[in-house]
Amino acid sequence: MAHDTENLAIFRGLLKFKSNVQKIWGVLIFLSIVTTIEVVLGILKPQSLMSMFLGMKILNWIFIILTIVKAYYIAWDFMHIRDEKGSLKGSIVLPLVVLIPYLCFILLLEADYIYEVMRTGFVSWNF
Amino acid sequence: MEVTANNISEETSIWSGGNKPLGSSYGKLMMWFFIVSDALTFTGFLVAYGFSRFKNINSWPIADEVFTHFPFFHGVDAPMYYVALMTFILIFSSVTMVLAVDAGHHMNKAKVTFYMLLTIIGGAIFVGSQAWEWKNFIKGEYGALETRGGQILQFMDAETGKRVALETFAANIDSPRTTHENSNGIWFLSETSLPSYSVEEVAAGFAANGNLVVKSEKIDELGHKIILSREESLQKVNEAINVVEGANLVHNEYGNRLFADFFFFITGFHGFHVFSGVVINIIIFFNVIMGTYEKRGHYEMVEKVGLYWHFVDLVWVFVFTFFYLV
Repeated sequence: MAHDTENLAIFRGLLKFKSNVQKIWGVLIFLSIVTTIEVVLGILKPQSLMSMFLGMKILNWIFIILTIVKAYYIAWDFMHIRDEKGSLKGSIVLPLVVLIPYLCFILLLEADYIYEVMRTGFVSWNF
Repeated sequence: MEVTANNISEETSIWSGGNKPLGSSYGKLMMWFFIVSDALTFTGFLVAYGFSRFKNINSWPIADEVFTHFPFFHGVDAPMYYVALMTFILIFSSVTMVLAVDAGHHMNKAKVTFYMLLTIIGGAIFVGSQAWEWKNFIKGEYGALETRGGQILQFMDAETGKRVALETFAANIDSPRTTHENSNGIWFLSETSLPSYSVEEVAAGFAANGNLVVKSEKIDELGHKIILSREESLQKVNEAINVVEGANLVHNEYGNRLFADFFFFITGFHGFHVFSGVVINIIIFFNVIMGTYEKRGHYEMVEKVGLYWHFVDLVWVFVFTFFYLV
């Protein structure tokens, strides 16, 4: 077990904790702050973030990035990936990091194509 | 390996399973295998949701207008607050789980028991909240009409801009039509219960109330649903063939039919994970109380269920984003 070699620093060593328990509470506070930001943005929906960027609203990009940040800290600190060997880290993270964006890319591109066909095609979808 | 109580593993040779590949025990490694494959299953679900959404990008329901309930605040429009609360509950139960794992490292049985109990309570509250969310979703609030092409027509007051429920304006027309049951007719034919109002009653009530307009499924450039004029609305209402109240796998009053299907499948699949996580946690909790892991010499089992539990939390973070925020 990895409890002798726990890595107690987060944010690339910017924040160091004295014990593992303290680190857990620290990560909880961080995750809560991120979730609060998400909820506040989701309720306010500021007009300035509604412009499009790479096919999606900037607000939605912010949500997705914040979600990935949260996922990183849950996996790294709660699931203790930070304390695992590099080989295990790689075998868990790499398949997901390769396959998920690939699946998103092909399916969303196809969906956008179908949307265009339905919008400009000769079939009426509005009845 | 370390699943056996007496740690025979120390003596077995490398080629008989004495090795720890990737510096992780057999049990933990298998849990990671499961988590990676399960993560891809959820990816499949969520990307399929994204597919349907991008395909219907100009008519997808807006989550803020669908999930507006908060317990004990009936009729108050409170988008997002309840799911945000559920998210906090799940993150918090993740924290108590990781504290239990940490206490296990220090062989502190009392603390492991306490934190496992908190985790189980958090998980149970979450599953209960999800059931409540489902109840509201299935029951619906306002009701709507459906056209032959499957479009949903919702009703709103043109002056106040608020949604209007069918029961407030539907006319009362006597009709001999009742729910067909197989006991009073052809035995192999039956139908689900009829909606509270017929299409004729809703259409007549709509024609009689001059301030009502139809809120269509279509979304304008600013991300708001397009509201039809009174004339367009009257014409649309005459095209309707169904009254829809609430949601099921075939119809839903919120908009696109796929929206409800994905809601049921994704949150249902996730809720089932939480439920099984709670059951597994309870089993481990009793094992902790009975001192099984104390005898075994380590609390690795708590660590393994911990991995599963955090994974469930991790998935919720994504479901929350893609269903409620984006």
